[in-house]
Amino acid sequence: MMLDALPSILTALLAGAVTAAQVAFGAALIAFGLGLALALVNVFTSVAVLRLAIAAYIEWMRNVPALAHLFLLYFGLASVGVRFSPKAAAIIGLGLVGAAVLCDVFSAGMRALHVGQREAALAVGLTPMQALRCVVLPQMLRLTLPSIGNYASQLIKDTSIASAIAAPEIMFYARSLVTSTFQTPLIYASAIALYASIVFPVSWMFNRLERRLGVGR
Amino acid sequence: MNDILLTVKGLKKSYGAVEVLKDISFDLRRGETLSLIGPSGSGKSTCLRCVNYLEKPSGGEIVLEGEHIGRVRTGDGRTRTMTDRELAPQRSEIGMVFQLFYLWPHLTVRDNVALASIKTGRMSKAEAYELAEAMLEKVHLRHKADEYPERLSGGQQQRVAIARALAQRPKLILFDEPTSALDPELVGEVLGVIRELAEEGMSMILVTHEIRFARDVGDRVIFMDGGVIVEEGPAAEVIDHPRKDRTRAFLGQVGHAASTIVRAA
Repeated sequence: MMLDALPSILTALLAGAVTAAQVAFGAALIAFGLGLALALVNVFTSVAVLRLAIAAYIEWMRNVPALAHLFLLYFGLASVGVRFSPKAAAIIGLGLVGAAVLCDVFSAGMRALHVGQREAALAVGLTPMQALRCVVLPQMLRLTLPSIGNYASQLIKDTSIASAIAAPEIMFYARSLVTSTFQTPLIYASAIALYASIVFPVSWMFNRLERRLGVGR
Repeated sequence: MNDILLTVKGLKKSYGAVEVLKDISFDLRRGETLSLIGPSGSGKSTCLRCVNYLEKPSGGEIVLEGEHIGRVRTGDGRTRTMTDRELAPQRSEIGMVFQLFYLWPHLTVRDNVALASIKTGRMSKAEAYELAEAMLEKVHLRHKADEYPERLSGGQQQRVAIARALAQRPKLILFDEPTSALDPELVGEVLGVIRELAEEGMSMILVTHEIRFARDVGDRVIFMDGGVIVEEGPAAEVIDHPRKDRTRAFLGQVGHAASTIVRAA
């Protein structure tokens, strides 16, 4: 009797999973691109003000809950006439938060590389850009892969807070199904299983990648 | 006179108020091996790093075959220091071997040696790999081409670093204490390769603590202390018969005072 509802529950939750995946993917792109750009400026600039501004950005993003950022982007900006869809607001909000996290990770990764690695690249006649692309970045990414993996699984779980601004992701559907069907345990158990079935393969993939690239060897 | 390859003139370097190099001038002739010796902190490594502008001098000039390294003329007739980007073509003419090797651990030995040739567009990939193999042959490590650096001993890593410098087809090679980070039993193989290069007529500047090697392989020696050149001359002369007290004291400390050198009859 109770399990009769399972197919329709799963169908709804899977639709939510698609949205969650879109949010996670979009946010990851912003986080990665912006985080890397900020980290490069952070590590290589000689302008103290820029480093200070980046440090302030990171502190701000880390000390305010992501949910508050989403509310600000979705409700706050709407009140001054800038309207995002819930999904877009979630992508931008989680992306900006993630950029702060990855900026920290990438900066630390680049600083952990011995300065001689880059010097050797310049000494053989590579330009700074070539040294970055061929020597610094590949090593930095290998070094930070475990942290990037952690961030990725955290991000997928964090897409759940987008339900608070009515982005139609997994928890959003779960809650509306609960109010319409009252199959509370079944619905939330299904949601949990769904999250696990997304996050686990991602973690596994990163672990495999770490082993293949010999991280920490 | 035209066999002078490199001229260092009035080289100065300060870090804030600390003057590390005070007016260093010397020439390097083509095919010559010049050793820089002296106590730690004497400025010899800084001096070497100024030659390819990894360290930006505070004053003076570096001239390689008539070309001013690291300086570019601006519109108003003055000069300014080049950016790292502008320096790249000049640096590719100068090989450098570091104390800690700095091989790139994510690349195979072959790719370490070939990377610069490929990226600077001097040759095709196939030619770059062919050159890399030939240079690895010169340091007797062709059979390690597919290994990653971490699988090699320190001595082998340093020989790969030498091959990497050779693949630049450089006009000269700078060696910055190439054996100081090696276990004693591995020093010989690296010095052996450097000796072979010297015999082939490669122009080299060698910062080293291997006084005997400087004496036996080097053509000339410069003894530095406190950021100045104290004494320079033919290698055997400076090391066996130092004229200055400071040179004598240093050589004595490292066990090479003339009086302590015992020769078999």
